Amino acid sequence: MNFLRFVSAGLGAIAVVASANAAGGALHAHGPEEGWAFEGPLGQLDMESVQRGYQVYREVCASCHSMRMLSYRNLGEPGGPFYDPEYPNANDNPLVKSFAAMDEILDTEPNDVGDYDYRPARTSDTFKAPYPNANAARAANGGALPPDLSVITKARHGGASYIYSLMTGYPSEEAISTVEIEAEVEAPAEGEEAAAPAGPTTETLIDPSRIEALSHGDHHYEGTLVQPVGQYYNPYMAGDTTAQWRGDPRHAPPGGFLAMPPQLTDGRVSYLDGTEATVEQMAKDVANFLQWAGEPKQSQRKSTGLAAMIYLVILAVLLWFSFHRIWRKVDH
Amino acid sequence: MSDAQNTTHEAIDEDRRDFIHIATAATAVAGAGALAYVFVDQMNAASDTKAASSLEVDVSKVPLGGEIRVLIGGKPFFIRHRTQAEISAAESVDVSTLPDPQTDDERLRPLPDGEYNRAILVTSGSCTHLGCVPVGPAQGNTGDFGGWYCPCHGSHYDTSGRIRRGPAPSNLPVPDYRYVSPTVINISL
Amino acid sequence: MSGHPSTYEPKTGFTKWLDSRLPIVRLAYDSFVDFPTPKNLNYWWTFGGILAVCLMTQILTGVVLAMHYTPTVDGAFASVERIMRDVPYGWLIRYIHANGASMFFLAVYIHMVRGLYYGSYKAPREVLWILGCVIFLLMMGTAFLGYVLPWGQMSYHGANVITGLIGAVPVVGDSIKAWLMGGPSIGNQTIQRFFSLHYLLPFMIAGVVILHIWALHVPGNNNPTGVEARKDKEGLKKDTVPFHPYYTIKDAFAIVVFLIIFAAFVFYAPNVLGHADNYIEANPLVTPAHIVPEWYLLPFYAILRAITFNIGPIDAKLLGVIAMFGSIAILFVLPWLDTSKVRSMRYRPIARQFFFGFVVAGLLLGWCGASNPDDPIIPMGEDQLVVTYTDANGLQATQTYEEYEPAAEFRDSRIEAGQEATIAIKKAPAFRFVHLAQILTLYYFAYFLVILPLLGLREKPKDEPASIHKAVLGNKDRAAPAPAE
Repeated sequence: MNFLRFVSAGLGAIAVVASANAAGGALHAHGPEEGWAFEGPLGQLDMESVQRGYQVYREVCASCHSMRMLSYRNLGEPGGPFYDPEYPNANDNPLVKSFAAMDEILDTEPNDVGDYDYRPARTSDTFKAPYPNANAARAANGGALPPDLSVITKARHGGASYIYSLMTGYPSEEAISTVEIEAEVEAPAEGEEAAAPAGPTTETLIDPSRIEALSHGDHHYEGTLVQPVGQYYNPYMAGDTTAQWRGDPRHAPPGGFLAMPPQLTDGRVSYLDGTEATVEQMAKDVANFLQWAGEPKQSQRKSTGLAAMIYLVILAVLLWFSFHRIWRKVDH
Repeated sequence: MSDAQNTTHEAIDEDRRDFIHIATAATAVAGAGALAYVFVDQMNAASDTKAASSLEVDVSKVPLGGEIRVLIGGKPFFIRHRTQAEISAAESVDVSTLPDPQTDDERLRPLPDGEYNRAILVTSGSCTHLGCVPVGPAQGNTGDFGGWYCPCHGSHYDTSGRIRRGPAPSNLPVPDYRYVSPTVINISL
Repeated sequence: MSGHPSTYEPKTGFTKWLDSRLPIVRLAYDSFVDFPTPKNLNYWWTFGGILAVCLMTQILTGVVLAMHYTPTVDGAFASVERIMRDVPYGWLIRYIHANGASMFFLAVYIHMVRGLYYGSYKAPREVLWILGCVIFLLMMGTAFLGYVLPWGQMSYHGANVITGLIGAVPVVGDSIKAWLMGGPSIGNQTIQRFFSLHYLLPFMIAGVVILHIWALHVPGNNNPTGVEARKDKEGLKKDTVPFHPYYTIKDAFAIVVFLIIFAAFVFYAPNVLGHADNYIEANPLVTPAHIVPEWYLLPFYAILRAITFNIGPIDAKLLGVIAMFGSIAILFVLPWLDTSKVRSMRYRPIARQFFFGFVVAGLLLGWCGASNPDDPIIPMGEDQLVVTYTDANGLQATQTYEEYEPAAEFRDSRIEAGQEATIAIKKAPAFRFVHLAQILTLYYFAYFLVILPLLGLREKPKDEPASIHKAVLGNKDRAAPAPAE
């Protein structure tokens, strides 16, 4: 018994510490108020949300983010957002075929004279990538590489909640201000003209006391965060804000800077099913879509799991009775 | 003190057919069977393999009197746009004289409206003798019967893809295909 | 090969014919059917069977995964995702294999801890124990090689760290490292050979497992009392039962309970034991913020990082490597370090306290391995602020502040005066993870090198039971009231 007590103590200690640390000094990610439909052993993805999320991906995200592990046919396979039992073969599903045909991609096979032509995508093709390779992506995004989103919910602590928090977590307008800064101009040497002032002439400043997400908890952040050019502060982004913090360095606000500016604004997408496209709605839908995309077989996993657990419990009970029947006459 | 051992043996022997043991064993075997199914099924074609095993072809793009050749899963297929003369030649043959008797109609698939598009013939591109790819109109040699000629061992196929002369035993097989629209066919392996 | 005379009698013509040519059925019968096994084995003894199931599971799922996996830098990550998405039940086989590795180590640690508590390593079972240590080493090697294969960020950078350790060996280290990697850096040539070796090692494990079972069957199983089962005819009947059906059924039950826990992970929390960073494709240019191995290697990782000081010409990095490998090597000589004549810690009241301390130390070392060594566990003060500036004489000087306002004012006043001044954090003294790891590492080695040798000679053990049979009857007396007579 002593042994078990120690084991539980040890495991308890691990559990406490594991939950306390948020990754990289960022705020702990949270889902929408009502939670996620897919959570829990019996949870299932909200397929209508996943459908809307695909629309958000196409219209907002796909211009910069690739999803190279997904093919159009995945949308129509069982467990997918556009699965239709009338078309068990997703390659025949007309909705899926239309999604594919709307995208022009570079053919992988050369034509008769050896050149590569553009053609409409087929269901068997992977999702159209915005850039042909990582270098092109960086060149178009100021040196930053927009990550591939195929498994993003598995590649980030917090998963779908991280996506939701990040997309809704950017500071609101009232927290951001731009100020002119005095550029230092050197006095010109004799006979020479004054040099043009070097460096930026404006600074973007963030006031953390105006960020709602940072006002929970005991600490109030007094000071200003300087947002470098081409970078955007987000309290849910893993990172370290100390270098940009004008205030007590021991209490720099949580979060970090990322190269992606806020993308979602109310009404940015016109949902085909008529749902109102608020920022929270779009963030929730795209998070659900990315949750599906990270593991399209998750619904099947949970239903197979239920059958497996029931089977194993029954087998364990039967084995228990067999075991005691065999041992009943032996002193042990 | 041999009682303990004897009792043990007796207990084992008389219990061997206890219902609980049979029930447990049966349940265990059922589980093992389910597991075996998973391990066998994983060797079946994966979804991407299945997706790559079919192709849609726009038959209105095939030039009259010519053909296009496609590869599906590494296998060749011919889509031939037959002239009226070629269609007539295919239909007027006495089927009973053929090494592998088949009417031209049997080698066609219906359009969505149920009619036959006699101008379009779809066949596999592997000679049924030893698997060479026969030459056709694009290569300038359609053999003695206007269809295809296999240069490897001299098999001649007619305008319906049927073997007429040479060592090949059967007609060029017609693959599994269907018209998804009046101008587009879907060929699958 | 077992220590008792064979009682197998082939009944049919075929079995008699086979028995005279290759007595393999006799071997199986003697080892797994008729084998006399102490009747008082508790559930800690079921982990051998559980481990055999784990090994078979890993080999089966591994061979299947190898049908679909691409061992190249460009193809590996995508091929694993293809298995998850396109291969029928690929997701299930992959998750079984990944979580199976964790379950394998969970079982092996319990199995080893059982050995430590009940003295199963003591004579005449020293070779059995050593073979077990060999299996453990091979498991760690297999796990390391396997973790590289998905080619995620942790795969790549973890491999970098471990091959870097080998480079710490003096004189030959760098050559061996380049030889292992197949070049100056980790690339295609590395992942391909790691794949081949990862496929090979489990079969070597299977071979050593056969030796391990053979080495067990010569003396027979240990049991919770540590008192050997009697080998005479009467003793065998009173102390032992045949392995089948008594322990086949008990092992089967324990295996299924283990599978329930295994299934809970596979179906409901398949990624919780892993690391999110390994779902980012390997990028040699970007190092993850915290490189950590899988949980089962954390205690050794903690020992490696605990050594932060040099001793003479040996630098801290090499010392850490020596300590880490030493912590495994010391297990091999345990049978000769423990001087106690009593096997089971049931009857060693002082030793068992130190044993529990050892288990707790192991768990806490795992906690240290998962954490940043410099993170504080018990802060001993508040962090302060230090303003660094040049004073009136042009020399660098510092002033320390508790509060930010005065520190900022002072800094600004220095800057206004035309001098350079900056504020930095001065971290408060604290009891940090690295300190805890050092204490625990000391305890780990002291347990084997000091405590066990000394206790064996000094401790007064409790009275052991005369035999297994007597011990079992004793339990019955205590468990039930005496029947009325």
